[in-house]
Amino acid sequence: MFVYLDNSATTQVRPEVAQIMAKTMTEDFGNPSSLHRMGVNAEKILKKARAQVAAALNASPDEVFFTSCGTESDATVLRGVWESRKKQGRRIITTAVEHPAILRSCEALAREGADVIYLPVNRDCTFDTDALRAALTPDTILVSVMHVNNEAGSIMPLAQIRREIDKVNKGILFHTDAVQSFEKLDTDVHRLGVDMLSLSGHKIHACKGIGALYVKKGLYIQPFMLGGGQESGFRSGTENLPAIAGLGEAVRLAEANKAERIAHIADVRNYLKQLLMENIENITVNSPEDGVCSVLNVSFLGCRGEVLLHTLEQDEIYVSTGSACSSHKKGSHVLTAMGLTDEQIEGAIRFSFCEDNTREQMDFVCEKLKAAVASQRRLRSAFKRK
Amino acid sequence: MENIYIVRCGESALKGKNKPYFERMLVQRIKKNLKEFEGVTVERVDGLIFVRTPEDVPADDVLKKASRVFGVDSVSPAQEVDIEGLDAEAALSAIGQEAVAFMLRQIEEKGIKTFKVDAKRGDKTFAIQSPDIGKRIGARILKGCKVLKVDVHEPDCNLYVNVRRGFAYIYDKKVSGYGGLPLGTNGRGMVLLSGGIDSPVAAFLMAHRGMYVEAVHFHSYPYTSERAFEKVKDLAGILTDYCGRIRMFSVNLLPIQEQIVQNCPEEETTILVRRFMMRIAEAIAKREGDLMLITGESLGQVASQTAASLVVTDAAVSLPVMRPLIAMDKTQIMDIARDIGTFETSILPYEDCCTVFLPKHPVTQPKLSRIEESESRLDVENLVQAAVDSAELTIISQREGN
Repeated sequence: MFVYLDNSATTQVRPEVAQIMAKTMTEDFGNPSSLHRMGVNAEKILKKARAQVAAALNASPDEVFFTSCGTESDATVLRGVWESRKKQGRRIITTAVEHPAILRSCEALAREGADVIYLPVNRDCTFDTDALRAALTPDTILVSVMHVNNEAGSIMPLAQIRREIDKVNKGILFHTDAVQSFEKLDTDVHRLGVDMLSLSGHKIHACKGIGALYVKKGLYIQPFMLGGGQESGFRSGTENLPAIAGLGEAVRLAEANKAERIAHIADVRNYLKQLLMENIENITVNSPEDGVCSVLNVSFLGCRGEVLLHTLEQDEIYVSTGSACSSHKKGSHVLTAMGLTDEQIEGAIRFSFCEDNTREQMDFVCEKLKAAVASQRRLRSAFKRK
Repeated sequence: MENIYIVRCGESALKGKNKPYFERMLVQRIKKNLKEFEGVTVERVDGLIFVRTPEDVPADDVLKKASRVFGVDSVSPAQEVDIEGLDAEAALSAIGQEAVAFMLRQIEEKGIKTFKVDAKRGDKTFAIQSPDIGKRIGARILKGCKVLKVDVHEPDCNLYVNVRRGFAYIYDKKVSGYGGLPLGTNGRGMVLLSGGIDSPVAAFLMAHRGMYVEAVHFHSYPYTSERAFEKVKDLAGILTDYCGRIRMFSVNLLPIQEQIVQNCPEEETTILVRRFMMRIAEAIAKREGDLMLITGESLGQVASQTAASLVVTDAAVSLPVMRPLIAMDKTQIMDIARDIGTFETSILPYEDCCTVFLPKHPVTQPKLSRIEESESRLDVENLVQAAVDSAELTIISQREGN
């Protein structure tokens, strides 16, 4: 039985999305900048997709800019805000558990003089606002906090963060990386209170190579892709129209049944969690109770996550680990920041779900996992015993 | 127009009556290494090998691929001067004219200021002797290229002139080869190929002495990953640049490791596993008709490579075990790995998932009798047979474009 449980890494492209993309490549292939009818037609497709994405964010279309991926959106924000505002202040606040797209950019800015504060997280991978309050200064230029953590599935209290920011200085910019929450949580930018938001197509059944960035109207941040002035001059480069059209379609599909879809994903996730807790001893559930529907992180003590992963792949079950055996010797920075033990980090598996997963699949997964865990534990304890 | 390259044979020229055989093998290997280019001819004339290619075949590629052939000492892109039917004076004049044109190009392209001429008379019937050829060509160049001066110690350009029957050759560059002996002149061996730095170097060195190599790779899937296997295939792919096509057998050791872990002392795990690897490799080698086993072991590098450990490992098999790295330091091995292009792939960190079975304090002075006693708790014969039967064959074809 093919069971794909790595949807936080990437998702399968929906046939409808692929179809629209193919049509945009082979038939409606005009350049939106062209003056002729083909160009006008292409521009219409672009507008439609932009409106679809904007609607999902409760933003206006002119606040949405297409990029090549979540990483580009994040980098645009950090680099752009820094270049535009470094004269006003040097402090940037983020968390210790952000995606590398944020962390590596922050490190680069720190080398240029930015004063970057990494807020620690609790055992459930959220943070209490005390640390934020202590870190916020009136000359802070940017707070960037992910909406959902990709490994633990924890949900960060964005609205609360906004309130804390406003108490200090309403002019401080607030960005969120919503790559893991888009179409799984409410991402109404007004309710979240964010000025900027990054999202990515391939996590919601669109293709790889397309992302978007919401930037609140009236806000100027310096672009770093200069050229033909596409995306209102904010992101030059001929629009990736097939992928943009595909993203629009993926959003349309996801919005069509959002509530039921989320409920179904949560049900499958909860079902697996229950099964694992009932059937396999010595595990710890690392994801918080109130986390996003799509992520379940569990540590199988006395096991290596990667060995479990390779054992499961023999039965066409695909998951991911918190740490590869040796390609990332240090293990996950997220699980480390959460204060997990080495044994927990070593044995961590992330299951990430989408609407295609079923309870029946979870029965299969639990059965295979139980055997895999037992065999690995038996072997490892035999080895250690002597 | 065509490009001409002179290939010099190394040691194979010393082989007395076998010389034609070695040269024939060498021509074959060069042809094979250049087969991706159209219109290439390779032929032997009086102890030198001439490669001719159409003009549009990039010289760098030909030099790289030809110099990689084992048995090749060096390769030079050369210019040919037709002196057929000319008397010595007329021939010298023709050669001199080409030499001046050659040097003018060097001045224009590289801004050379000094030169020297080394002349050689391959055709002993040519009426002017080597030193005189050199002097007179040198004088001709000085006259034709006013900016140049002679420097016999450190010239910017060392021009070689080789006068042979009917043709003379002018060149200034020698690209070194690896020497050694042409592949296939020394049988076939089976290398135990891991994903590490050492074993590809060991395979390279044995192939360099004319031995065809086949490989056996051991993994512990799912305790190791498919990426680790891809990595070994990549390494074997790089080796094919030198060794030609490689047949690689892969064997999952996990069933044997499980037996060892459950039945034998922890500190002996590695040496016991090594002995099984050798037995399995030997069984496959015998089946395939290979003459020897080849490993990347280096004395004292790790616990399983101490002298005492090697004695115990060797005792598991009857085929001779070649260990070309035995007396090399790690840095020397790494230098070769860098040179042949396997290093970057070797250090990709996928391999050591089976550190699950790495004992904390492995034995460094194992006694054969104790190891054999531990093995008596295992059904060695059947475990080996099952592993041999389950070996999967992957053919690693010679790469193009590298």
